[in-house]
Amino acid sequence: MSTATETIEGFVKQEYKYGFYTDVETESAPPGLNEDIIRLISRKKNEPEFLLEWRLKAFRHWQTMTEPLWPKVTHPPIDYQKISYYSAPKKRGDGPKSLDEVDPKLLETYEKLGIPLRERERLAGVAVDAVFDSVSVGTTFKEKLAEQGIIFCSFSDAVQEHPDLVKKYLGIVVPYTDNFYAALNSAVFSDGSFCYIPKGVRCPMELSTYFRINAANTGQFERTLIVAEEGSYVSYLEGCTAPMRDENQLHAAVVELIALDRAEIKYSTVQNWYPGDEQGRGGIYNFVTKRGLCRGRNSKISWTQVETGSAITWKYPSVILQGDNAIGEFYSVALTNNYQQADTGTKMIHIGKNTRSTIVSKGISAGHGQNSYRGLVKIQKSAENSRNFSQCDSLLLGDRCGAHTFPYIEVKNTTSSVEHEATTSKIGEDQIFYCNQRGLETQDAVNMIVNGFCKEVFKELPMEFAVEAQKLLGVSLEGSVG
Amino acid sequence: MLEIKNLCAGVEGREILKGVDLTITAGEVHAVMGPNGSGKSTLAAILAGREGYEVTQGQVLYNGVDLLEMDPEERAREGLFLAFQYPVEIPGVNSTYFLKAALNAIRKHRGEPELDALEFLSLVKEKMKLLELREDFLKRPVNAGFSGGEKKRNEIFQMAVLEPKLAILDETDSGLDIDALRVVAEGVNRLKRPDNAQLVITHYQRLLNYIIPDFVHVLFDGRIVRSGGKELALELEEKGYDWIAKHEAVTA
Repeated sequence: MSTATETIEGFVKQEYKYGFYTDVETESAPPGLNEDIIRLISRKKNEPEFLLEWRLKAFRHWQTMTEPLWPKVTHPPIDYQKISYYSAPKKRGDGPKSLDEVDPKLLETYEKLGIPLRERERLAGVAVDAVFDSVSVGTTFKEKLAEQGIIFCSFSDAVQEHPDLVKKYLGIVVPYTDNFYAALNSAVFSDGSFCYIPKGVRCPMELSTYFRINAANTGQFERTLIVAEEGSYVSYLEGCTAPMRDENQLHAAVVELIALDRAEIKYSTVQNWYPGDEQGRGGIYNFVTKRGLCRGRNSKISWTQVETGSAITWKYPSVILQGDNAIGEFYSVALTNNYQQADTGTKMIHIGKNTRSTIVSKGISAGHGQNSYRGLVKIQKSAENSRNFSQCDSLLLGDRCGAHTFPYIEVKNTTSSVEHEATTSKIGEDQIFYCNQRGLETQDAVNMIVNGFCKEVFKELPMEFAVEAQKLLGVSLEGSVG
Repeated sequence: MLEIKNLCAGVEGREILKGVDLTITAGEVHAVMGPNGSGKSTLAAILAGREGYEVTQGQVLYNGVDLLEMDPEERAREGLFLAFQYPVEIPGVNSTYFLKAALNAIRKHRGEPELDALEFLSLVKEKMKLLELREDFLKRPVNAGFSGGEKKRNEIFQMAVLEPKLAILDETDSGLDIDALRVVAEGVNRLKRPDNAQLVITHYQRLLNYIIPDFVHVLFDGRIVRSGGKELALELEEKGYDWIAKHEAVTA
């Protein structure tokens, strides 16, 4: 093996720095899944009857389904009866009414993660909902947002305070029958975030949710619902981390976005779940269903994701372009190293006239990582004069990783056009040597090349997160070039 | 500045350099000429620190320090520059950004303050005139989609910005038309100073019409078989490498 290859290897071997565990007293449901557990979750959350019914229907449907086998990933079978479906830090008394009452250990956890929740240290311009295992531990800037009629709270609070909105929109984009993991999520989801932007309001700050899995042997099943009324705008961010553990943990989330006439939702994810160790032990199974509905005319939904974590990633943030002139976008960077596997991409379903979609996917594979892009562009008969442009690029570091592309295209009318471009390249020893010869360290050279490769996606991220994403990529690749 | 003593090296057990001796002093321009396969590019690669070559014997001192012990980036920061025969494309990496990072890595190594974007840009604009480059050049990714001539010009442009002590030009003339050759050569000539040196590696004499060497060396079958002034290049041009080959065969 050449030194450059060794350097690539080393680059991939950077340690996961969010792998700590917080020792808090928790209240967990016993492992296993049955109707009693679902009733327990629902009761814990003091949910209205309609929601319990919905969960039970989802559960009954889930029992008739089987796991999808089509993704290009392999893992040992998951025993759904060994997972605990609810874990929450124990509340003091009636539970925290404000962040001042939240267990200081939890606040410390978020501080360690770089997400201060306390009033005076909050991130300027970003409202955060912090989800710890199954529950939200706090939401910042809630009151300030409420002044403009914006609702930003945990899903549980939304169920209590705005049951009509929840009832109206829950499951309309991702019905519980959608797929195996979405059905499971619908049955057992515990918390998540809820955002509602009223008509004509441009949300003045970034909204974000920070997901943290802490407890062992639990799954995290959160649900996020964002509704943007006519002419409104919101930019939403999501971040995720988990402790380092030898066993795999399941994270099966559902995210639903609804954009009405002229509304725009920008949804950005920086996913850094624990990826497992160098031998591929442990790590999160990230099986997520994310979908946006451009219901209104001239509406727009844009997904940007930077996926560096998780042992296995299975997600296809999609857009249903129902309203005429709607726009859907998907920008993705997915990195796999060591033994990580990612099968990710998008679906753009064109229904309305003159709808447009853009897909830019950048897959980076290092170590033994396997990276697949899977995307569907479907232009229905009604979607006259629609356009899609897709670009899928893969970058290989080293010679034991893999990149795969599975594009599916269906066009049912003659007035629309679809373009697909794909490239695969390898960071070569020549490129590294060229950079070295100009005085640059190998690692800086790799960072530079990888960041150059991802530039089109990073520019879609809100500024602070773009910087964060670049660093994260650097860290995730540390030691890996050839 | 550079002392190569009895350098023997090869690739995968095949010996390519069989005892090269060469001394370069500051202020000098040396040309190494030779037929294909004589070891010219191997010599350049070993001096720059490219992987995959085994040095079996000999020594290379650069300003009194063992060059072969240094990492490629260390050599670069110490002022050794290689103008590549085949400049490498780095898609997605902006040329300005790349060169600024390189210059600042070198400046940092020298203990000089790093240049900010504005200072860098004014330096770059000045150097661009030297190579008659268009400004949009800076906005493009490193060498990506460049023509052969543009790539070579870019090498000399980088050299102008990085101001090396020892510049090695590996077949910079190959693939250049006569106009580009003139621009590149003039650029190189203007970079010549009493405190730096150039090692020009070439197959043909024509580059040496523009870059006048102080010394010419003929590399043949892994050894420098003849050294002389610039007239040696002309003699070679006239008689061809066969002349050397025959001569070598006789002495052997």
